[in-house]
Amino acid sequence: MAGQVDLRLLSIYSVSHFGVLPVRIVVPHAGSAFFCLAFLIGAGSHATSLLAAEQASTVATKPDQIKQLIATVNQVGPKGAGHAPAAAAIQELSKLDGAQLLTVVAAIQDDNLLAANWIRSAVESIARRQVKSGGSLPTAELEAFILDTSHSDRGRRLAYELLVQVDATAPRRLLPGLLNDNSLELRRDAVAREIARIAKAAKGEKVEDRELAAKQYLDVLKSTRDIDQIQDLVERLKKLKEPVDVARHFGFLQTWQLIGPFDNREMKGYAVAYPPEEKLEFNAELAGKQGAVKWTSHTTDDPYGMVDLNKAMTRHKGAIAYAATTFDSAAERPVELRFGSMNACKVWLNGKLLLEREVYHAATDIDQYVAKGTLKPGRNVILLKVCQNEQTEQWAQQWSFQLRVCDSRGTAVLSTDRPAMPVAPSADQQVGLANPSK
Amino acid sequence: MQNIPNPQMTKHRDPMVRLRWPRLAISTLAAIFVLTTVGHADWRSFRNGGTGELVAQNPPIKWDVKTGENVAWKTALPGKGVSSPIVVGDKVFVTASDGPRQSRLHVICLDAATGKKVWEHQFWATGRTLAHETSAVAAPTPTSDGERVFAFFSSNDLVCLDLEGNLQWYRGLGYDYPTAGNDVGMSSSPVVTEDCVIVQIESQGESFATGLNKETGEDKWHVKRAKSANWSSPVIFTSGSDKTELVLLQSAAELTALDASTGEQRWNYQHECDGISSSAIDGDKIFLPGGGLKALRANSKNSPPEVLWTEPKMAAGAASPVVHDGTVMIVNRAGVVNCASTEDGKVLWQLRVKGKFWSTPLVAGGRMYLANQDGLVQVLQLSKSRGEELAALEFGEEILASPAVSRDALYYRTTGHLWKIAASK
Repeated sequence: MAGQVDLRLLSIYSVSHFGVLPVRIVVPHAGSAFFCLAFLIGAGSHATSLLAAEQASTVATKPDQIKQLIATVNQVGPKGAGHAPAAAAIQELSKLDGAQLLTVVAAIQDDNLLAANWIRSAVESIARRQVKSGGSLPTAELEAFILDTSHSDRGRRLAYELLVQVDATAPRRLLPGLLNDNSLELRRDAVAREIARIAKAAKGEKVEDRELAAKQYLDVLKSTRDIDQIQDLVERLKKLKEPVDVARHFGFLQTWQLIGPFDNREMKGYAVAYPPEEKLEFNAELAGKQGAVKWTSHTTDDPYGMVDLNKAMTRHKGAIAYAATTFDSAAERPVELRFGSMNACKVWLNGKLLLEREVYHAATDIDQYVAKGTLKPGRNVILLKVCQNEQTEQWAQQWSFQLRVCDSRGTAVLSTDRPAMPVAPSADQQVGLANPSK
Repeated sequence: MQNIPNPQMTKHRDPMVRLRWPRLAISTLAAIFVLTTVGHADWRSFRNGGTGELVAQNPPIKWDVKTGENVAWKTALPGKGVSSPIVVGDKVFVTASDGPRQSRLHVICLDAATGKKVWEHQFWATGRTLAHETSAVAAPTPTSDGERVFAFFSSNDLVCLDLEGNLQWYRGLGYDYPTAGNDVGMSSSPVVTEDCVIVQIESQGESFATGLNKETGEDKWHVKRAKSANWSSPVIFTSGSDKTELVLLQSAAELTALDASTGEQRWNYQHECDGISSSAIDGDKIFLPGGGLKALRANSKNSPPEVLWTEPKMAAGAASPVVHDGTVMIVNRAGVVNCASTEDGKVLWQLRVKGKFWSTPLVAGGRMYLANQDGLVQVLQLSKSRGEELAALEFGEEILASPAVSRDALYYRTTGHLWKIAASK
């Protein structure tokens, strides 16, 4: 006897998988209906769980509950700290209604990058569900959030990304005002838009057009912090015959006192504290790897401050060079010493070890390593240890470094005696790293 | 919503769809049979767990990206990457990075049927993001246990999401261990077991392997490793009568087997191992690249493996060995495919192919699909006596990532796109 099962259960599945589509299954006999029923109950159960995953929580969550969920996620710390409660809390946050979107975006903190990533995912889930269900994002509130600099840089950037998904006019409206924004991600888009605008307007061959473009490029360069955009602007200005002091823009240090080589055979010298690490005496003659060595002054003309030790000191393998320079500051202030080298290195500021990396010939780039320190008022001393190993491969010969001083956003911090070419400290000057006073 | 049969496009314009019982039953039973006998048809990790093969597949032998022949879809990716796509059910997962320092990380889920984006999440990298131009921050291939996706990046950020795109947890291992990393780029892909997701992070800085609770991301175990650059990936190896899951960690001087659940060392085999090409697994055999290729058999979870054979001619390039039907094959730096018997290491055949290879080939339908750096895919018909080129197909974009295969379809990642190659219907 043929049986017919008209299963409403399947309509649940059909909502999510086939659209609203009534389905009737014809089975040849009643016994078969059991099999079908079991199969479809399984499908229905699966569909129900899918729907649950897709739909926002219908339970109105109170503000204090949301606050607690956010606090739980913001407790996430290094090495898995706070993960178990945060893993539960993030599920609840991700299910919040679109009306709560800004509350969750506002929970992103710049000083907790780990938790920021957790919360970001919840924001994206809420927004995606909102749009997918035919709802809209709160564009006016998002725009106000972006313009409110009391919020985190990352939160504002995320708000911007959400806004431009639903409002194509937002970049045109907002970016001109974000050229000097604290969020470097927002600033980058603003700079890109401005460069494109200047380039489009400068199509003419008139002298005044070119002069105007050069002036505008120089203006936008002041706002630019991303290396690729700086390099792009420098090239554009070069074509317009407008020189740019690239090293100054970045804050690269170009004049150093150098001494070496000291022994680094078998890479053992990395751990050895040679005399410059104990006390800087620029008139001293020290015992080096191959005899007595003295400090010499070296100035690089590389716009990116690269000092090629193979040229400055002749080529050595299994060797160490020290490089020292002074940096005058009008006031005490936090800075970043951004360092790049193919070689194992150590970086000190006023005798305090800020960075050490025992890595040879992996790769290098501008801002490869970032060391945070504090300048004191007056004269500061920066000391570097740059170690070369004994690898013989062609790609393992580089012995060089570059260093710039800037703030946390990459804005150059210049020594107050720049741009006068630094002069090596006179023979009667002895700068102890433990107390480097002028 | 993607991947939904549009009733307007079907023969059944009548909304009342009648499914005849025998057809339903046969289909259901067939599906159950397939799932229980040959396992899932997913491709859930780098090299599909270490073989480079998925059985019972029949992907196309030829396609044409200009005419669209057998090109099911082509989807633009939002950033750089050399990680492989993985396929879980009807979803394809792929990672990428973008931004001026490549510090914006992407995990993307595509509908396998249409190539349309189902969901995407982005994250801010917490670790180092420099990488050589032949690699990328999105170099490690994600892995899945069928319920979750674990996406790992060169910055040592590890993301766990469920298949619907809900974050389960996020670990910044580059944040936790700031000197762990290599500015050439890291590429070791994670593996997942019953209870752990395992990553191997070896560089001149902090080096370790760690098993994280796959539900919470918390440490289950953590072992220090030699401070030496290493790009090879761990593999899971089931050993012993109790089928203990071991994780094999390959580094410059040794192959180490750890209990995947506890991190306890089970055995250690001292041998010079390759730093890029990763071991392949075939049953109780391990094929270890380094000084040629070495075949090991590990019958006990507690004893070092016995050496079956060593074949210097089977030297690896960047690609890893793949196994198929009693043979192991490898493409070397000179662009020669060498095929040896898994039993005795005897080289059965050699075939010169075109180009340089970063991508590990895959085997499906008794054929090898080799993608060279220039984006040329060479399809070889495999036998124990020869490898015969069936086709050479241009993608027109560079290929550095290893492909995936699932449900008779190939998935290739080129410089800017993800492609699905499947027989036109």
